[in-house]
Amino acid sequence: MNNMEKESTLTTMPAINDGARISGSEAVIRALINEGVDTVFGYPGGAIMPIYDEVFKFDEQISHVLTRHEQGAVHAAQGYSRASGKVGVCFATSGPGATNLVTGIADAQVDSTPLVCITGQVPSGLLGSSAFQEIDIIGISMPITKWNFQVTRAEEIPEAIARAFYVARSGRPGPVLIDITKDAQFGLLDFHYAPCQGIRSYKPVPDLDEFRVAEAASLINAAQQPLILAGHGILLSGAEKELLELAEKADIPVACTLLGLSVMPDDHPNYVGMLGMHGNYAPNKLTNECDVLIAIGMRFDDRVTGDLSQYARQAKVIHIEIDPSEIDKNVKADIPVLGDAREVLQALNEKIKPAAHAEWRARFRELEQVEFDKIIYHDTTPTEGQIKMGEVINLVSQQTKGEAVIVSDVGQHQMMTARYYKFNRPDSHITSGGLGTMGFALPAAFGAKLASPNRQVVAVVGDGGVQMTIQELATMVQYHVPVKIIVLNNNFLGMVRQWQQLFFEKRYASTEMVNPAFAEVAKGFGLESKRIAERAGLARAIADMLAWEGPYLLEVAVEKEENIFPMIPSGAAVTDMRLE
Amino acid sequence: MKEKEQEEVFTISVLTENKSGLLNAITIIFTRRKMNIEALNVSETEIEGVSRFTIIIQSTFNRAEQVVKQINKLVEVLGSFLYREDEVYYQEIALFKMGTAAFLNNNTIERVVRNNGARILVIERDHIVIEKTGHRDEIRALRKKLEPFGLLEFVRSGRVAISKARRKTHEFLKELEQANYFTSENNYQ
Repeated sequence: MNNMEKESTLTTMPAINDGARISGSEAVIRALINEGVDTVFGYPGGAIMPIYDEVFKFDEQISHVLTRHEQGAVHAAQGYSRASGKVGVCFATSGPGATNLVTGIADAQVDSTPLVCITGQVPSGLLGSSAFQEIDIIGISMPITKWNFQVTRAEEIPEAIARAFYVARSGRPGPVLIDITKDAQFGLLDFHYAPCQGIRSYKPVPDLDEFRVAEAASLINAAQQPLILAGHGILLSGAEKELLELAEKADIPVACTLLGLSVMPDDHPNYVGMLGMHGNYAPNKLTNECDVLIAIGMRFDDRVTGDLSQYARQAKVIHIEIDPSEIDKNVKADIPVLGDAREVLQALNEKIKPAAHAEWRARFRELEQVEFDKIIYHDTTPTEGQIKMGEVINLVSQQTKGEAVIVSDVGQHQMMTARYYKFNRPDSHITSGGLGTMGFALPAAFGAKLASPNRQVVAVVGDGGVQMTIQELATMVQYHVPVKIIVLNNNFLGMVRQWQQLFFEKRYASTEMVNPAFAEVAKGFGLESKRIAERAGLARAIADMLAWEGPYLLEVAVEKEENIFPMIPSGAAVTDMRLE
Repeated sequence: MKEKEQEEVFTISVLTENKSGLLNAITIIFTRRKMNIEALNVSETEIEGVSRFTIIIQSTFNRAEQVVKQINKLVEVLGSFLYREDEVYYQEIALFKMGTAAFLNNNTIERVVRNNGARILVIERDHIVIEKTGHRDEIRALRKKLEPFGLLEFVRSGRVAISKARRKTHEFLKELEQANYFTSENNYQ
């Protein structure tokens, strides 16, 4: 995200580094200020109270946002990070406070989101004794963090936090957890802060291998039917411009993963849509016809590849990736190019010869037309029956001109959002991809809006997911954060219902929901809201929502048993994608 | 993806900073894939503050390679290396506790001990402890021979292994510190 304008207000506070004798808890806050942190999401409790006492004292430098649940805090920190490119920070107390962070930490690990989570812990003398609110959060978070560390002495705090930020943001980003015992928070230390410059046992970015770059270039230069698969790594390294250059110079079609969406403008002639189970027809089908597959900053998730034994067997695979453990994990790379996406693409572009693949690109347009006639047209511009999810997204896309930050939850509405919102700007699509965490959108949208106050932030969420973190509406009201929330209500856990219909002979086990009146609930929380069920007033209702100055919840009653197509059935090949 | 692969025995050698919790961080990488660790040994190295984990697994090459890469990702891991059986020198140690009576009747056991490169470690009034260092099949063979004489207790260690490659740990560390980067010290890539 280096080369992008960011609207978040970066504090340019002078570093506090005065060698004063201070408490461990004050050192925590001073370390955060040194790292440029201006917003922390969290929830207090017994074992972290000394740190909160410092939050009180330093409230002019760091604003703390009290969410209504620790899960809300960690998802908000994720949304904040994904929208700003900065490290998201959250606080929680020991025991249940810490365990409530677990889902969000796991989500951040899978989706490479830099977080620093700070948890309070019982005094070190009580460790291992099952003391009140004691839990081994270091053990619990080990498989879901990039790094974690327990601090038991005040003097360890500056270095631990410096390392935490370095590890979280460098290389392939990820979440870090620092657990601080209460006695370490109370203890005194001589404060000196030095940002971490490196760790000898940790190599964040592999060195660029010029030989591999040259090999990749000659393969691309000789390709007749190349295809680029663009992933999250491009957004993380800020390589959008370099990607465009490669695509335009060598005239290569570009398909995105779910997390790669918004990496290039939707209306770009080389953009051919989204990959994966509910992605677009053309890029999935033609994955098995390309001769050179150029995967950039993506990891060949099973939702992208379907059956691996029938995935792109005809193609030579170039895999540009920062994380060596992703190479050959799912798809064998003929030419692995390790490194930061931006750095690799810069080197690669120098060796790329201009080419034209008009005929090959036309193949995508043909299949796109098939998908449009069969599906897209009916999804986005229906004229009768109940409101469809796709038409809501289509209207939001038109009315925001593709310029909004879109935060989606998990399920059918997520896929509809990914398919029908036409992104014009990078870092505009925030969703829980790898972990698929329902309840993500509401708090993540809140965090995203705090990070980009000048952009319209729209959360799209289903009736199931919204009820998992609905209490965060109170947070939006308390902090006057004008997130726009669209609840697409079909009174079903729609994605599971669709699978039950298609693969379990319509046995709808526990997927139908009797829901509260969401608009009324929102009013109770203090949000402006509206419920709409008729097509006639839909466009107007969306416009009203977008124009409203505060947070707003719009409940849209949508068709009850709508299915999302196209679809690659679980375990099938990309070429088996079904249009109905 | 490669098609059906043969399973074989691999030695994984991991150089790490000395940090508590690292054993857990390493083993959960195997647990997650439901892979069984056949033997595990943690020891100091010739460099102060650097530990070596020696892990033995039975696996396909592909799976073993993935695991090694994931171990390498751990922040405190300096380097993680995968070896086939013919790429390492290795030994295990076994202790056999026998009743002293078996030795009093004749000298057969003593001959077995001598002929198998084992040695008598302890002689007490009621028991004798025999020590054998070697490969697993040698230890197994000795155990078979001792069993008829009344084996009271048996214990065998995990493997310790040293690679045949020439590079030394401190040279490897120096390179890490200079370049903050490493390539694999063995030759499987």
